[in-house]
Amino acid sequence: VLHHDRFTAQMIYEKQYVGFATLPNQVHRKSVKKGFDFTLMVAGESGMGKSTLVNSLFLTDLYKDRKLLNAEERINQTVEIIKHTVDIEEKGVKLKLTIVDTPGFGDAVNNNQCWKPITDYIDQQFEQYFRDESGLNRKNIQDNRVHCCLYFIPPFGHGLRPVDVEFMKALHEKVNIIPLIAKADCLTPNEIKKLKDRIREEIDKFGIKVYQFPECDSDEDEEFKQLDKELKECTPFAVIGSNTVVEARGQRVRGRLYPWGIVEVENQSHCDFVKLRNMLIRSHMHDLKDVTCDVHYENYRAQCIQEMTSKLAQDNRMESPIPILPLSTPDVDTEKLIKMKDEEVLYKSEVLHQMLCD
Amino acid sequence: DICLIRSSGTHSSTGGSTLLGYIGIDTIIEQMRKKTMKTGFDFNIMVVGHSGLGKSTLVNTLFKSQVSRRSAGWARDEKIPKTVEIKSVSHVIEEGGVKMKLTLVDTPGFGDQINNDNCWEPISKFINEQYEKFLKEEVNITRKKRIPDTRVHCCLYFISPTGHSLRQLDIEFMKRLSHSVNIIPIIAKADTMTTEERQEFKQRVRKELEMSGIEFYPQKEFDDDMEDKSDNDKIREAMPFAVVGSDKEYQVNGKRVLGRKTAWGVVEVENPNHCEFAQLRDFLIRSHLQDLKEVTHNIHYETYRAKRLNENGGLHPISSSDTQESNL
Repeated sequence: VLHHDRFTAQMIYEKQYVGFATLPNQVHRKSVKKGFDFTLMVAGESGMGKSTLVNSLFLTDLYKDRKLLNAEERINQTVEIIKHTVDIEEKGVKLKLTIVDTPGFGDAVNNNQCWKPITDYIDQQFEQYFRDESGLNRKNIQDNRVHCCLYFIPPFGHGLRPVDVEFMKALHEKVNIIPLIAKADCLTPNEIKKLKDRIREEIDKFGIKVYQFPECDSDEDEEFKQLDKELKECTPFAVIGSNTVVEARGQRVRGRLYPWGIVEVENQSHCDFVKLRNMLIRSHMHDLKDVTCDVHYENYRAQCIQEMTSKLAQDNRMESPIPILPLSTPDVDTEKLIKMKDEEVLYKSEVLHQMLCD
Repeated sequence: DICLIRSSGTHSSTGGSTLLGYIGIDTIIEQMRKKTMKTGFDFNIMVVGHSGLGKSTLVNTLFKSQVSRRSAGWARDEKIPKTVEIKSVSHVIEEGGVKMKLTLVDTPGFGDQINNDNCWEPISKFINEQYEKFLKEEVNITRKKRIPDTRVHCCLYFISPTGHSLRQLDIEFMKRLSHSVNIIPIIAKADTMTTEERQEFKQRVRKELEMSGIEFYPQKEFDDDMEDKSDNDKIREAMPFAVVGSDKEYQVNGKRVLGRKTAWGVVEVENPNHCEFAQLRDFLIRSHLQDLKEVTHNIHYETYRAKRLNENGGLHPISSSDTQESNL
């Protein structure tokens, strides 16, 4: 929820001013120094434009050297989890963005349980965080929890397919799901409206809990409230992405050049890309993290503790307070980090030793 | 009782024959035409592809009539069936005095489940059942004058325009069925791709089709002569056609065209710069319609027949298993 810092300037002139109204600014300054991190997962079948959309959202080129597999190569492919991390800095604010990709999802002939590697991954991040949180050295906890999952629904269908429903139901209590209509430039405005209505209906019908925008504060101004209302009525967002720049109406913009016209990614009458970007990055990024921590993670944690205590009651044995779930072997990034931390510790202890000896 | 008189002279009929006088053999063509027009044609076309690829719309566009089972409206209230169903609907359409009984065989449910293992089996079974029906009629002692032909002459396979490559299911289906029916792969909803993306996608798809050994129609091995080969080579190189379908008309540059209207322009279905619908239509309907039937009859059906007769070691057909009647 956004708070407009309207009153601070005025209050400085009041005699009763204590000064803690500057707290938001202090938090802001500290955060800017520390930097932010955000983990975004993208899921959906191959060819839905996920990579292109990510590049468009964050103005990056994360998938430059990607090699696309052909169908034969993909026959025995299972769903993989691949992370890309990029550091983005804008106006002094640093963001460590992690994109979690899920190649192979929904691509096989038999896609039974194809979401399992994804739910396992999300659980593993929770488990790791739970361990760290319960551990002794909590200064440098790495938060790899997935803050948001963009789920790409094909524009070709007539609503949600069985795999869409099953996927979202398997994940809606573990991560913030934002369903998107992919490659929306192949639909007419009328078709988009019908599809959105249909999807919203089905989400209700199947009891899928997608990410809900928090209610506006009652003291927000009318314009903000109106924008918020429009945003909510516009879901699921129908998006288009592009890695190429085209010339449209005298400007160079990200777009797609067709023989019959030019689609501009950032033109709000062409698609909902701007709405998604504003929502995801400019207004709700923090809320997404909050909900992940306060709701999804807490659910996981509570569930874990419950299972442990019931097990304790059953077995009557003392067990470690940390739940044991199958953890994958640390990936390259984690190994590197561990090594770095080890070296840091070693260096610091050497410095300390040196200091003591002097 | 025609008297042939050799003459050197000024009479020369077409083909440089030395016959004097006009016999009228060439009117046979006209007679055949008249007869065919009276009897009319049958054409059975099957569409396969997962839900939402515009199969019904495309067939309606191809035949410029509402021939699909579904209403012209976009919104579907029907649920995805749990198994693949085979639903046929027939219409008689007429053009220039020629009547065609067009049967559209739809395959709802194909590729729509989470587990699509063997989803091609009901389709394969249906195709073989039509051959079986025909075979039974053929081996009867008293045969019908014109055996009703429900055999699938053409199977349009709709490839999803992901822009990447074929999907596993695409390869599985086409590999298994290209030897029993004429498969024409097409790239559906081509307005998802720019011209460049389309070319790249087509190239990749063609390469994959080749690598998987999938012989789509027109099959190389059935080219009759050099002329055929040359024509068909051109077509094969341009396939799979990337198409867009529509049953709505819009005004573009003073003309009314079939198209799709978006916020940034009108996609014109019959404009070769926009998509390859016109090429598909010309190929499918204007030049190869009859050939599709002939290949089905002379090759696919014969293959089935030979296999069946060899199984029995005789000419007696096996007692009928339950053949699924198509729903009309």
